[in-house]
Amino acid sequence: MEFFTVKKDVQSDLKIVLDDMILTKDMPTTAGSKMLDGYMSLFDAQVITKLTEANYAICGKSAVGEFAFDLMGETNYKGALCADGKILNASAEIVSAGDATAAICLDANGSVRRAAAQYGLVSIKPTYGTVSRYGIVPVACSGDTVSVMAKSSDICTDVLSVIAGHDEKDGTSHSDELCAKLASGAEIQPVKKIALLKSMLAGANAEVCAKIEKAKNTLSENGIEVCEIDDSVICASRVAWNILMSAELCNNVSKYDGVKYGYRAQKFSNIDELYTNSRTEAFGELLKTAILFGSETLSTDNYMKVYDKALRMRRVIVEAFTEIFSRFDAVLMPACSSMSYPENIESTKAFEENTYTAPASITGLPAVVSGSVQLVGKAFSDRSLLAVAKILEKEGK
Amino acid sequence: MRYETVIGLEVHVELATKSKIFCSCSAHSYGSEPNDHVCPACCGMPGMLPVVNKRVVDYGMKAGLMLNCHINRTTTFDKKSYYYPDLPAAYQTTQWFAPVAVNGLVEIETKEGKKNIRIKQIHMEEDAGKLVHDIREDTTHVDFNRTSVPLIEIVSQPDLSSAEEVEAYLERLKSLLRFAKVAECEMAHGTMRCDVNLSVRPEGSDKLGVRTEMKNMNSIEAIKRAIEYETARHIDAIENGTEVLVQETRRWDDIKGKSYAMRTKETAGDYRYFPDPNVMPVVIDDEWFDSIKESLPEFPEVKRERYAGEYGLGEYDAERLTQSIALCECFEGAYAVCKNAKDAANWMISDIMRILNNKQMTYDMLSLDGATLGKLILLVTDGKVSRANGKKILEAMFEDSSIDPESYAKENDFIISNDTGLVDKVVKEVIAADPKSVADFKGGKEKALMALFGKCMKELKGNCDPQTLRSILIDAVNKA
Repeated sequence: MEFFTVKKDVQSDLKIVLDDMILTKDMPTTAGSKMLDGYMSLFDAQVITKLTEANYAICGKSAVGEFAFDLMGETNYKGALCADGKILNASAEIVSAGDATAAICLDANGSVRRAAAQYGLVSIKPTYGTVSRYGIVPVACSGDTVSVMAKSSDICTDVLSVIAGHDEKDGTSHSDELCAKLASGAEIQPVKKIALLKSMLAGANAEVCAKIEKAKNTLSENGIEVCEIDDSVICASRVAWNILMSAELCNNVSKYDGVKYGYRAQKFSNIDELYTNSRTEAFGELLKTAILFGSETLSTDNYMKVYDKALRMRRVIVEAFTEIFSRFDAVLMPACSSMSYPENIESTKAFEENTYTAPASITGLPAVVSGSVQLVGKAFSDRSLLAVAKILEKEGK
Repeated sequence: MRYETVIGLEVHVELATKSKIFCSCSAHSYGSEPNDHVCPACCGMPGMLPVVNKRVVDYGMKAGLMLNCHINRTTTFDKKSYYYPDLPAAYQTTQWFAPVAVNGLVEIETKEGKKNIRIKQIHMEEDAGKLVHDIREDTTHVDFNRTSVPLIEIVSQPDLSSAEEVEAYLERLKSLLRFAKVAECEMAHGTMRCDVNLSVRPEGSDKLGVRTEMKNMNSIEAIKRAIEYETARHIDAIENGTEVLVQETRRWDDIKGKSYAMRTKETAGDYRYFPDPNVMPVVIDDEWFDSIKESLPEFPEVKRERYAGEYGLGEYDAERLTQSIALCECFEGAYAVCKNAKDAANWMISDIMRILNNKQMTYDMLSLDGATLGKLILLVTDGKVSRANGKKILEAMFEDSSIDPESYAKENDFIISNDTGLVDKVVKEVIAADPKSVADFKGGKEKALMALFGKCMKELKGNCDPQTLRSILIDAVNKA
């Protein structure tokens, strides 16, 4: 299976691969779904404009799982990318092989962070609202974040400083003044004290726990204090995020109905059949599960019981982080439960595996992955986190 | 048994903003080719994000204040999901949890007297597109020009009880919203649409009957017919058991004069409302709120009373002028310059409204500058231009808004000459050329004078005060 659509032979030291959630005018954008097979966007994403202006060259597109919703790309409509019985991630493969300096990926359900952790790469999911979502195939708008993956923290920093900034075309975009905190290193607050979220280790395997232990030691050696804490509220992020994410996804993929563009079933005798057959034939199992679940949480009967409660949970989780950040500069936790996924894994495992990625997704807080572990920081502390990532990056593989 | 009808209305009004609610496409596609005013955002393509048009919120607030509503200082947008080919995103962005305006009051007047109708809420939302069915090819085409055109939905409480009250209520909404210049409210253009919720109960009962909702009425007359039909159908069902009433949505067929069931409550879809994460809550601060409040016009009846009282106009004239905010503004602008309300009203009613009618323009389409009209009125009252030539100047001003009345009068030889020598000369020549008319007048034929008068006026190109000409002419004829 093809995981890398090479644009052309790009001669540049600054090559960027975009994952297939980023809309491009001159290459198809499929979002990993049969529904958008061959879809050509009429416009480029804002990040492309910014990268091109800064002399970065777009060298191609990397495959994603259907609507970037799965573990690491295994639900792509053309089939999973595997080797030695393990699932591979297209963006991480391309970056590891040196075919691109960095990858720009949409982090909707944590796949970017899981891939960075398993490949020993560095990734940054910036503070929500600092990188424009204009031109990104929407999944769960309240958490969708354009992220950067590269071999080093320095590269991530360089690319992030280019793509961060206010965009009037994105109503959730922060002011230039706030976004500038990511572009300039002038006001970096050094990370001195880190909380290790111990309760998160319960579901992680020995290999992952060893990575955490190693990171803890490296940080201590570099004068950063690491304290173990427990927080059940933050551990509950997964449940709330699965509700919000699935509901938003369900709503966002409703527009793919076979009427205007994208896949249309051959056989139908009325408009309802056109909708049903097109969507039944084009969408994969994980997406259908999420659509049904999301639709159910928004129904009149369940809205107050389920969706509204998840929204309240989000606020409580933000408050829990705020409380932790009054004592610590960042929170250390794994990015995944194991260092690889077997190729026959159930795709719905993505609903459990986001235990580690949901806390930063639901709150919009910045998260870096480096040395195969994850650090979540205060809003706009992206540069401080990247400084810690630099310390950890040698621990990767 | 006597019955009473309980009616609540949901009125959709298209806001007269230049662009659509979440993108910069033109909101005015009347007469355009299909899909001429569309972009990836209003076509439901992935990757575009909604950015709220501030003017839509301005207009929503204005509408709320005109209808005596409380304005929610933090107002939010929500997504309403349903599948229909004219809804490209498969959701409509609307206001479900915190609409811009709530708890209003509208006073209406019918033969029965005055009555207050409570407004439950006004919410802002985007319109859907249009489906065009091609019968010959058995295909359906979609036109997205209208998608994302801003609307407000005005939801009344069930306080209306007859077709007459509904008519008065709709006319009142139309008048208030037009006065605030937020909407055209023309049912024939689809810029005002109305769904009728109706139930029937024994008079005096406090329990509501089974409610049906009717759609697809394209004029106030059709709404009245639909209400009368539906009321009769309900009473017939209750009294004679002709059918079992169910809560449902019905479609009105104005040609057949009947309503037909569209969908029942059980088969209605679940809209799965939830807050739109892409649109931040709109916070209306004091400065914004005050600027909108200050921009509101006087209510039509306040103006009417002021015109009759302060300006001393007749009630009928005051009523006619206050039919449209454009007429009021032109009149008030003219009055400010000419300082004579009766003259200004006279020009408005007997000239301007006549010209508009002849041109088949609505009063709201008047774009004449009131101050310029005032200058024209002064030229006539000061005796510099005759009334007849004044009308010609006015006609020209309709064609070219840059015309200055005085310069135009000079250029076209419309200035009345104070040179009585010229008038004497013309009168002498006319009398000399027409001895028969002179003799006829002297012989008692009053009409003969008019013939001479007309000839003189023609020679003078109208540039003479009729009274002056008349007295000089009579003198000259008597002397002849």
